[in-house]
Amino acid sequence: MSAVLFFIAAIGAITGAVGVVVLRNPFYSVLALVGHLVSLSVLFLLLRAEFVAAVQVVVYAGAVMVLYVFVVAYVGGEGERIGERLHGTASGTGAALRLGGAVLGGAVLVELLIALLGTGLEAVDSYGAGYSPGPRTYGTPAYIGKLLLTRFLLAFEVASFLLLIAAVGAVVLARRRGGLGEEDPDADRFTPLDLLRPPGSGTTAEGVGRRTG
Amino acid sequence: MTIGWYLAVSAIVFSLGAVGVMTRRNPLVVLLCLELMLNGANLALIAFSRMWGNGDGQILALVVMTVAACEVCIGLGMIVAIYRRKLPIDVDELRELQG
Repeated sequence: MSAVLFFIAAIGAITGAVGVVVLRNPFYSVLALVGHLVSLSVLFLLLRAEFVAAVQVVVYAGAVMVLYVFVVAYVGGEGERIGERLHGTASGTGAALRLGGAVLGGAVLVELLIALLGTGLEAVDSYGAGYSPGPRTYGTPAYIGKLLLTRFLLAFEVASFLLLIAAVGAVVLARRRGGLGEEDPDADRFTPLDLLRPPGSGTTAEGVGRRTG
Repeated sequence: MTIGWYLAVSAIVFSLGAVGVMTRRNPLVVLLCLELMLNGANLALIAFSRMWGNGDGQILALVVMTVAACEVCIGLGMIVAIYRRKLPIDVDELRELQG
């Protein structure tokens, strides 16, 4: 049973990965990646990593992929144009580059397989360490939570700080800069608050490029 | 299935992601292929974690997921900024950092 499930999930994961690389339209690539992530979470479940599998589906396939879909919808169908140009004007170099990429990827694959499977570790051919089901056993949320809050507390805190930095960075990168055009009729309206506020105090209006005060 | 099969799948997924990073030119798809590479590494981490019956690999996989989320955040922010400036969304034409 677990062997059948493994092959279904592995074929799904590899098909999804091929779809991400091959499909022309970025929107379909995102959908293929969602399929890949769900198959991969089945593999995680087979490896008894229940909490990581749940995080994979909820956070990755749920939240992160929705972000991707929003950006693909915002930026629009650039994929077809780029693919057409690659086929059209510079088809010779495009095909050569693609072949070179495939050859390099094959070399990476062979090297990884040698490194992972040729290690001589006997445990690679085993079914893993012993496992007995239970409420706090390996891979459950209680187990992961205990590890995160005891042995890996520093890694946990650093990861949360990293997320904060990334959120601030994304806001700074994607914010609307000044001089992009549309004039707001309220732009030069003077409110009593402007008397209280020194210039450059970081208001939202300044963030979008208008000086107030 | 033995641990070796999972490691083989992770190697295949990683190298497919590497091929995508090298051949695709749309930065959105390049980011997706980076996700593929991180996921291949995650699968290997969790397989090794299962091999030793030890949770450390799962914690490292969760940290990798965090880093992937941050990378997506910054990467998509950059793509939106590129789009707002009406620059071409193509990694071959955005070569100001190339030197």
